[in-house]
Amino acid sequence: MTVSQLPVLLILLPLLGGISTLFARPKGIGLQRVLSLTFTSALLLLSVYTVSIANSGDYSVYLLGNWTAPFGIVLVLDRLSSLMLLLTAILAIVALCYAISQDTDKKGQHFHVLYQIQLFGLNGAFLTGDLFNLFVFFEVLLLASYGLLLHGGGRLRTKGGLHYVVINLVGSSLFLFAVGTLYGILGTLNIADMSTHINQLDTADQGIVAAAGLLLLVVFGIKAAIFPLYLWLPGAYAHTSAAVAALFAIMTKVGLYAIIRVHGTLFSEQAGGLAGLYADVVLVLGLVTLAMAVLGVFASRALKEQTAFLILASVATILIGVGINTTASLAATLYYLIHSTLIGAGLFLLADIIARARGSYSDRLRAGAPIKHAIFIGSVFFITAIAIVGMPPLSGFIGKVMILEAALSSTFSAWIYAVILLGSLLMIMAMARSGSILFYQVDTSLDGDGEKLNLRAMAMALILVLASPVLVIAAGPVSEFTQSVASQLSNHQAYINAVMSQPAYQGGK
Amino acid sequence: MNLLAFNLPLVALIPFLGAPIAAWAARFNRLASAWVAGIVTFLSLLILMPVVHIPFDNDTLIQSWSWLPALGLDFAFRLDGLSLLFSFLILLIGLLVILYARYYLSPQDSMGRFFAYMLMFMGSMLGIVLSENLIQLVIFWELTSLTSFLLISYWQYSQDARDGARMALTITGAGGLAMLAGVLMIGNIVGSFNLTDVLASGDLIRQNEHYLTVLVLILLGVFTKSAQFPFHFWLPHAMAAPTPVSAYLHSATMVKAGIFVLARLFPVLSGTEAWGWLVGGAGMITMVLGAYTALFKHDLKGLLAYSTISHLGLITLLFGFSTKLAAVAAIFHIINHATFKASLFMVAGIIDHECGTRDMRKVNGLLKYMPHTAVLAMIAASAMAGVPLLNGFLSKEMFFQQSLVATDHHPLSWAIPIIVTFGAVFSVAYSLRFIHDVFFNGEPQGLTKTPHEPPRFMRIPVDILVLLCLGVGMVPVLIVAPILTVAVAASLQGVPPDYSLAIWHGFNLPLLMSSIALVFGAIVYFYREKLFRWHDENLPRVDAKTLFNRVTHGLLVLSGKISRLFDRGSLQNAISWVLLSGVAATLYGFLQFDSPLFGDRTLLDANLLTMVQVGILIVASILTAVMHHKRLVALIIIGVIGLIVSLGFVKFSAPDLALTQLSVEVVTIVLLLLALFFLPQHSPQERSHKRLTRDLVLSVSAGVTVMLLAMAVMTRDYSSISGFFLENSKPGGGGTNVVNVILVDFRGFDTLGEIVVLALAGLGIFALLENLRLPAPLRDIDGREWSHDPHPPIMQTLTRLLFPLMLMVAVFIFMRGHNLPGGGFIAGLIAAVALISQYLANGIAWTNARIKVDMHKVIAIGLTAAFVTGFAAMFLSYPFLTTTFTYLKWPIVGKFEIASAMIFDLGVFLVVVGATVLILVELGKLSHASHSLAQQEKK
Repeated sequence: MTVSQLPVLLILLPLLGGISTLFARPKGIGLQRVLSLTFTSALLLLSVYTVSIANSGDYSVYLLGNWTAPFGIVLVLDRLSSLMLLLTAILAIVALCYAISQDTDKKGQHFHVLYQIQLFGLNGAFLTGDLFNLFVFFEVLLLASYGLLLHGGGRLRTKGGLHYVVINLVGSSLFLFAVGTLYGILGTLNIADMSTHINQLDTADQGIVAAAGLLLLVVFGIKAAIFPLYLWLPGAYAHTSAAVAALFAIMTKVGLYAIIRVHGTLFSEQAGGLAGLYADVVLVLGLVTLAMAVLGVFASRALKEQTAFLILASVATILIGVGINTTASLAATLYYLIHSTLIGAGLFLLADIIARARGSYSDRLRAGAPIKHAIFIGSVFFITAIAIVGMPPLSGFIGKVMILEAALSSTFSAWIYAVILLGSLLMIMAMARSGSILFYQVDTSLDGDGEKLNLRAMAMALILVLASPVLVIAAGPVSEFTQSVASQLSNHQAYINAVMSQPAYQGGK
Repeated sequence: MNLLAFNLPLVALIPFLGAPIAAWAARFNRLASAWVAGIVTFLSLLILMPVVHIPFDNDTLIQSWSWLPALGLDFAFRLDGLSLLFSFLILLIGLLVILYARYYLSPQDSMGRFFAYMLMFMGSMLGIVLSENLIQLVIFWELTSLTSFLLISYWQYSQDARDGARMALTITGAGGLAMLAGVLMIGNIVGSFNLTDVLASGDLIRQNEHYLTVLVLILLGVFTKSAQFPFHFWLPHAMAAPTPVSAYLHSATMVKAGIFVLARLFPVLSGTEAWGWLVGGAGMITMVLGAYTALFKHDLKGLLAYSTISHLGLITLLFGFSTKLAAVAAIFHIINHATFKASLFMVAGIIDHECGTRDMRKVNGLLKYMPHTAVLAMIAASAMAGVPLLNGFLSKEMFFQQSLVATDHHPLSWAIPIIVTFGAVFSVAYSLRFIHDVFFNGEPQGLTKTPHEPPRFMRIPVDILVLLCLGVGMVPVLIVAPILTVAVAASLQGVPPDYSLAIWHGFNLPLLMSSIALVFGAIVYFYREKLFRWHDENLPRVDAKTLFNRVTHGLLVLSGKISRLFDRGSLQNAISWVLLSGVAATLYGFLQFDSPLFGDRTLLDANLLTMVQVGILIVASILTAVMHHKRLVALIIIGVIGLIVSLGFVKFSAPDLALTQLSVEVVTIVLLLLALFFLPQHSPQERSHKRLTRDLVLSVSAGVTVMLLAMAVMTRDYSSISGFFLENSKPGGGGTNVVNVILVDFRGFDTLGEIVVLALAGLGIFALLENLRLPAPLRDIDGREWSHDPHPPIMQTLTRLLFPLMLMVAVFIFMRGHNLPGGGFIAGLIAAVALISQYLANGIAWTNARIKVDMHKVIAIGLTAAFVTGFAAMFLSYPFLTTTFTYLKWPIVGKFEIASAMIFDLGVFLVVVGATVLILVELGKLSHASHSLAQQEKK
């Protein structure tokens, strides 16, 4: 039997990309761009292949250093991680092309190195089966994203970035407290092994494990931007460069992924008294987050800020789906996650294009001068807005409806319906207002000083936005896939068995 | 391929495909887009034709494909009598409106946009009426809201158009969302969203405990769309749209979508008391209110808008009666209203076009200027009033009849005919006003141009519609009976009741009611001046738009307040939420279970030395917080804390950690000193007493929580995987220093991640500080100037002498690392300190000239070394980072071990050196640059 190197390759490829762009630095931005594009495209191809491998339903367990679980670090590739990897790779290539087309990467040092390492961190977080290793990748992510957030500089950007990094550093400390406590009680860091220990936990230890588990939820909550931990998000996302904001559409999903993976596995239905410990908390906080996000969307004074709150709203919707905690709700949520990641990123790119076209009026929601290609840009905005607020006939609607249908089994169903539907209404109103101000309410007597439309940049935004109709037309197969992801997730014992029984490689024969 | 197998979806989708073509065609010729729109509509009609016979054969055609099985959403279309009737209305009136609009739009208006929107709307409408699946119906439903937003705001520079569009979208969008919830609940009850199943499950739904919720949610959708009280107010403001839009959307089609759903779900939801009260009540109020208000509108389109509201109320009321005959009357009136109201809107558009205004106080006596149009308008308006021999009369008679019999078991049923007649009186009065004010009543007042007949083809649509009014009114059995019968059969899902379309039913109560309405209507109109005055003086003016704008604005302000109350843009605020959540989550988790906080493991004895250490730690920690205003002092105290922690590591036999802690301590202090230089020297006493208390409570509870967590773990017996590491460190990893073997072997992947973090920190800070120019303070906090001699010779000499020695220590620590305390990380820090002391003592320029290595490259090489070590194993098809080791025997040196992990450790070493030096040198350069900046400014 030979070792499939696929899981580790997905992590090493961007690391190698980072190292080689670092070496290429003296040769100038041109070579760095070529390298960065090459590595990212290769990652996309590899990720597509990965989905096809993972979709067989088998787990690919990879023993780093050839140490078996629970002693060494394992990587686990299943359907969920393959889905996250593919999403990351798609966003990565599109955002990278956008950054290059708008020369964002020339605005400071090391853009491509940071970018590749960011992908290294993301892929690591999506593949690791070890809680401490997840911490390490969180640190990689934090540092890389901090560098990317600040890329290009500026006062508001620096402020937003500072808040981001400090809050996340506090989160890292909490992570260590939580991991330390869990290791102290369970004696292991491997998620599958931890789960086994929790399933046989002495009742005398339940309280302390629950405390650490919920503390861990706070940590992931910071990443995922759950109320009241989301305060870093609006400032950081609204003021960074568009390409980075677009890539960061996946960042909040890392937190959500961690909740699904770690809490879902540790506190599965086999966990006795601890089963589903996190679910109701996540659901209720998701509802509050959605309410706050919608108010933020409504009150935003600029389009990028509004987009940041829309991202928050989509995170909240996903939290609600995770909190309902049934296989059907998870499947619906994952469909919505695919949608919201791609469309959210697309809206960030589009907001940047609009801001550039409006020149000195930028993305502020105030009547401005006429812009060039208003009908074209406006039509794309109209479609994107429909998709992101979840109006028919685009993917946001489909995703939301699936979550709503899954919510009928929840004891909170009335609340879920009320918050999601009223929230949708307020978002519709807010986006109608924004579109109306940006494209209709123009002072025709003024001469605009906006930039010319950058067609290559627009193409990138369009690729993401057009994912929405594609997701609708292919709703059948896509939802079938997310259902298979969810049902694989619900089979916790299979995950544990796969990880714990993976033998070390014994040599060539 | 058989076209007839999928022609229904095509009927609805072809307009969507045609929309971009219409927009594109306008680039060449603006009239081309009108042609495209017409042809597309005709094509849809043509594709529908081959299956038109099916409803007449009492069959239902269903074309269905699986779309999203997880949700129960099929791509499913249905053709029965009801959908056929509505499809005809949509397509035929659509054709007429397109013809009309081609002449209506002025050369400044973009035809491409108009017709593209129009076609999309038409497709959405067809989608609603042809849907078999309820979710698909909701999809098309919301699409009509969206496309009507585009159509109403077509003249985007007008504030009225923008506001009207947003109001319409908000109200109808909200209704659509409610309806979605209702539909999902129906699906949950029935187990399917397909109409075939739903329509067969009437009893199941009506007997379900959630029936009332379902009904209310569905009705919210219906009432908002069909402008029923209290959601009627958006419709008059939607009149800011171009008139063809008003004719099409706001009289003939879109507002009928709500009514369509009433008719569609009639067999499922009707027949209960709740239905009667809600549907009948809303319909009755709307009917009377609309008719009354219409009379007082001076704007022609305003009058027609309220008249539409009133007629929609009438139809709703009929459905509210829940009887089969009432349903017949309702569907009949849908047809009639569509014909006469569309033609009246078109006339209003013609008048607006020709006179430049629609104000009935100005537009008078048009009979002699446009006699042909006047005749058409008078016939249509008479139909609206319910004058015999016209179609409106027939359905109104049926309506009166139903108002008499439908609710005869109800105690309040005697009131219904009276209220209904009251509404009809006003209906006659405003119709009369339309005719008399516009076409008679003297001469036009203050018009800017002389009105005349419109272009011939602009009038043709009106001709056709008015002919229909006459035809249906006089020979209903020939023209309308067949389609009416099948539509009713589909709506009722059964055999239609016996009804008579005769013009003459003899002298009966309905006829009396009609006569009363006509006579009193004329009287009311005659005394209109008085009535107007009374209305203006005594009734409060409620302008829905101002109110709506005020509400939305209030919502805007409120949401801003709430979200900014929570998000103050303050980092301290955010951090306190994080800490609070941490404490709350931990407590909440623990308190859910009835398990003890502490275990029963015996603790170590506390000796004096430990107590002293702990005491220093506590005092130093408190002092750091207290002294944080004096940054330099605080920094020194932090150093004390680091030292005590190192001692703690030594005490608990962790020499590696102690070494690491010490060297990290040195490097961080130097780094912080450099950074301190740029912070303001005086930090303000910003804290209020209240905040101080809050922060104190928060930090103490956070501290206590962490302590309890630690205690809870440490008082419990402990078994972990660490035994494995102790046993396997030597045989498996080739080293006796377990900590180092864990770092480079067992968990080498973590270390790889951590050195990437370190590298990122170096590169990130480099990128941040590049191009940053910060002004440096000229004097220190006590007003002293900076020293003019930054590099004292004694220090220079000493550090240069020490340099090789320090490097030797680094190499020594590195080499022994695998077996004894040490390793790449510590060695890297020591080497970095050696280099930094050179920079400190000799200055950046001097040192840089001698160390020509680019630290970026050092980092890159370090990462490569670590990477390659791990990668090499993969060539032997082992997993990444699999290590190997062997023993070599050299003369003199003797037997020693060489492990692949040591190359990995070398990578760690290089990254640590590179990143640390890069950071410190960049910070140093920054302060150097600021000094010269400050010097320049001084000069």
